[in-house]
Amino acid sequence: MSGFMSKFMSFSRINGDSKVAPFVVLLLTVTVLASACNLLLPSDSIFYVSTYTITLLGKYLCYAMLALAVDVIWGYCGILSLGHGAFFALGGYAMGMYLMRQIGDRGVYGNPDLPDFMVFLNWSEMPWFWQGMDQFWIAMLMVLLVPGLLAFVFGWLAFRSRVTGVYLSIMTQALTYALLLAFFRNEMGFGGNNGLTDFKDILGFDLQADSTRVSLFIITALLLCGLLILSKKIMQTRFGKVIIAVRDGESRARFIGYKTENYKVWLFVYSAMIAGIAGALYVPQVGIINPGEFSPINSIEMVIWVAVGGRGTLIGAIIGAILVNYAKTKFTAIMPDGWLFALGAMFVLVTLYLPKGLMGLWEQLKEKQQQSKNQSGNDSPNEKAEEGHA
Amino acid sequence: MSILDSTRDAMRRDQVWSFLQEHEQKVDISHQVLLYVEGLNLSFDGFKALNDLNLYINDGELRCLIGANGAGKTTLMDVITGKTQCDSGSVYFGQSINLLDKDEAEIAQLGIGRKFQKPTVFEAHTVMDNLELSLKSNKSVLPTLLAVLNGEEYDRIDEVLETIGLKGERMMLAGSLSHGQKQWLEIGMLLMANPRLLLVDEPVAGMTVQEGERTAELLTSLAGERTVVVEHDMEFVRSIAQTVTVLHQGSVLAEGSMDEIQNNQDVIEVYLGEAP
Repeated sequence: MSGFMSKFMSFSRINGDSKVAPFVVLLLTVTVLASACNLLLPSDSIFYVSTYTITLLGKYLCYAMLALAVDVIWGYCGILSLGHGAFFALGGYAMGMYLMRQIGDRGVYGNPDLPDFMVFLNWSEMPWFWQGMDQFWIAMLMVLLVPGLLAFVFGWLAFRSRVTGVYLSIMTQALTYALLLAFFRNEMGFGGNNGLTDFKDILGFDLQADSTRVSLFIITALLLCGLLILSKKIMQTRFGKVIIAVRDGESRARFIGYKTENYKVWLFVYSAMIAGIAGALYVPQVGIINPGEFSPINSIEMVIWVAVGGRGTLIGAIIGAILVNYAKTKFTAIMPDGWLFALGAMFVLVTLYLPKGLMGLWEQLKEKQQQSKNQSGNDSPNEKAEEGHA
Repeated sequence: MSILDSTRDAMRRDQVWSFLQEHEQKVDISHQVLLYVEGLNLSFDGFKALNDLNLYINDGELRCLIGANGAGKTTLMDVITGKTQCDSGSVYFGQSINLLDKDEAEIAQLGIGRKFQKPTVFEAHTVMDNLELSLKSNKSVLPTLLAVLNGEEYDRIDEVLETIGLKGERMMLAGSLSHGQKQWLEIGMLLMANPRLLLVDEPVAGMTVQEGERTAELLTSLAGERTVVVEHDMEFVRSIAQTVTVLHQGSVLAEGSMDEIQNNQDVIEVYLGEAP
């Protein structure tokens, strides 16, 4: 056990003065505390955390994972994807299909073979793509493969034709909108307008039980930490350096011999898979997946989370996603119609005054502190040295 | 019959399938010529940027291309390095490698380094990382993901840092270097890959006199390797050149030593005459 721990520690050690390790510890501590306060304390205790809160936190962490995916591609490679909601929703649908098959004959129509919406549509047999989705491992494979494959095909076509910048953003937006329209259709076989819902259990555990909810929350937190560390690691390899090089000078990177389109495609696939995992964790906690998740506005919101937190920092994306969504929960409770205005205002303010997001603000404050320390300590010799130089 | 033939060909046991073979193409310079540019034509919306241009560059020579603005110097480099497609003509590297059907990355991996007019370095990376990225190595995705610097590569980076005089700035971000230092770093990045042919576009543009002199020294010290310089500053060209090629309106006007060029009537008319 200790051997495993030390191996894990050496893997998770991040070079340089990174804040990833302390952040992971903080995130896991909060997760454990919240879970313990839910399961172990009586519900009338002051420190009791309600199951509603746990689910809400789990939802935030899914969004945080999604923001991580956007940050990997936008912050590090400069590809502004406005269609990451598509990968998120596809992952969610794969999980939803598995959960649908788990309902069995407990549906409204009590049909042992077909999900309710197919009975309602008078279908006599299951479409081919629903086959095998009652197996958990196949469903999980699809969670990774479907978004990954879509990202590969899309990326391969777009990056090889050297589509960049605004044009690429518009194309990703069109991609998610096209999928939105497609999934609205009943003939697609994904429940149409209503999507997939009324889930009962996952791997035999009741989805409504506190313990299942807490477990899902903990799994989400663990996966988020794992993906955060993995992404940070990847960005520290030479591959990561090439990715940043592509962001800052794509033609230079080409002229020293890197086929930048391949790098972009694989990073895009990696990012899409993270988004797919986030979607798959989101669906059992929220209890529904419908085509609304594909809507372009969702994908734009994700970009705002990352911008608020600070792009190219990974941690910033996570913090941004959690904070903005917390604000959304609070704000929509008071003034539901005002949220989009608040979101827009936030985006404008962050772009104008905090181009590096909250993480940038933190860095600035730290620098100021250091400067004032330096000045009070030894400003005179420094100045003299400069004078002598001049 | 042809199907039968190709099947037989595919089944031959004394050969490895061509797609499994390593395509490490050797540059064939048995005639001492490294780069053949023949009959190159390129027009942008009717403007002939390159007009039946012929140019041969020998292995190991230091060649200067001069010409007024719009004479086609940078465009020629763009075609050689695969950035721009030409309308007609041929560009061969050695006798056998056709550069026109390769993309930028493949051409770079063949050993043709390109320096831009404006210094382009990766500003968010340190000087060290900039050089690491330019190492001659397998540049496909998976090997790059697993790549770790070994001792030999460290030594190579040190060597290049010494050559370009940026040893003290090793850990500095490239974005915080001065203009001249960025130019040297970019030359250093090209050196890392051990190129056979180095295309340097206006290397002293925007440099101070001292920086320009150091750059001239740097380029002459590389003359054992193969260098081509593009520049329209005559002083600079005089200080380094062996052979000078003058371009005018997309084709070669004259070629020869600096003295010959300066006494050539055509050149004096179109180039030196305008801007002495």
